[in-house]
Amino acid sequence: MRQLPERPLVVVPALNEEESISGVLLDLQASCPSADVLVIDDGSTDGTGRVAAAHGASVVRLPFNLGVGGAMRAGFRYALRNGYDAVIQVDADGQHDASYVKVLLAELAEADVVIGARFAGEGAYDAGRGPRRWAMGVLSGTLSRLAKTRLTDTTSGFRAAGAKAIPVFAEHYPAEYLGDTVESLVIAIRSGCVVRQVPVAMRPRFGGTASQSPFRATVYLFRAVTALALALVRRWAPA
Amino acid sequence: MLGLLGAFVSLAVIFEMLRRHKLREKYAIFWVFLSVVIMIVAIFPATLIWAARVTGVEVPSNLLFFVASLVLLAVNVQLSSEVGRLEGRVRTLAEEMGLQRLALDKALKKELAEDPFDEC
Repeated sequence: MRQLPERPLVVVPALNEEESISGVLLDLQASCPSADVLVIDDGSTDGTGRVAAAHGASVVRLPFNLGVGGAMRAGFRYALRNGYDAVIQVDADGQHDASYVKVLLAELAEADVVIGARFAGEGAYDAGRGPRRWAMGVLSGTLSRLAKTRLTDTTSGFRAAGAKAIPVFAEHYPAEYLGDTVESLVIAIRSGCVVRQVPVAMRPRFGGTASQSPFRATVYLFRAVTALALALVRRWAPA
Repeated sequence: MLGLLGAFVSLAVIFEMLRRHKLREKYAIFWVFLSVVIMIVAIFPATLIWAARVTGVEVPSNLLFFVASLVLLAVNVQLSSEVGRLEGRVRTLAEEMGLQRLALDKALKKELAEDPFDEC
């Protein structure tokens, strides 16, 4: 049934990443030259799309900003229509190390969705303290139980989807807040996909830092729990 | 008296908006219905007093406020859900448009590469 993907597609959702995208694309070319790369320009106002096209990537230009969920669903639809058997999401800000793409792909031989997890041993990543940490705990605890495997980093955007998950995501990838990470996992699990995680190291991201103030962390906790609860009770027709 | 005036004004506004294609019938029907109800209550206050007695509300105007707030709440929820549905459709269209544009770009480039002298 499951096998090592033969036609992988790397999908890079990008919003105003003119400066970092070229490094990301060069890394991808160097570490996995066989994979096609699709950049989703999510309504950027800078030259993101132009730079990506100059590097030989296919570029989908969305007319306005849809968020990661919208960008990724477009990517899954492209993959489905063009006969790809794996989609790997890599962020355009350079946070995700392209050399791990192969690791994620290899794990697709055993699973339908593979998450590149930041806390699983490899690399250093500080989850922070207080509410933000609790939020992470609640999310990974619940999702681990659902997926019947240990998941430690459910909000990671570094992930791969195999042939079984692509049609599901092409139809149902959520666009709401945290939908692209948390809810998409619930959808995958509920439609019978096997979810695994592999440890990855991440580079510190350039510029912007994760929200750390206690107030924003509390808001995050609240929204994360809401998103999770909604995802669990929501009705949706399996693809 | 005030209620009657309000009902009249809203009826007139709805009619004018419909005439100028600024309101769809499916929404207009509801507002017209509501205006008519307000008008009836304004002309025959006895209906309100009767309704309050039947429902066991001591002060008739409280029944009016209660029902009015419920109706407005329902309309708001309905509109929120409508907006959500529209957002979903716009999202799908935007994704589709991006994908089509890429497909078109590729097709044009391919054609140009195969037949560079053909004007397209």
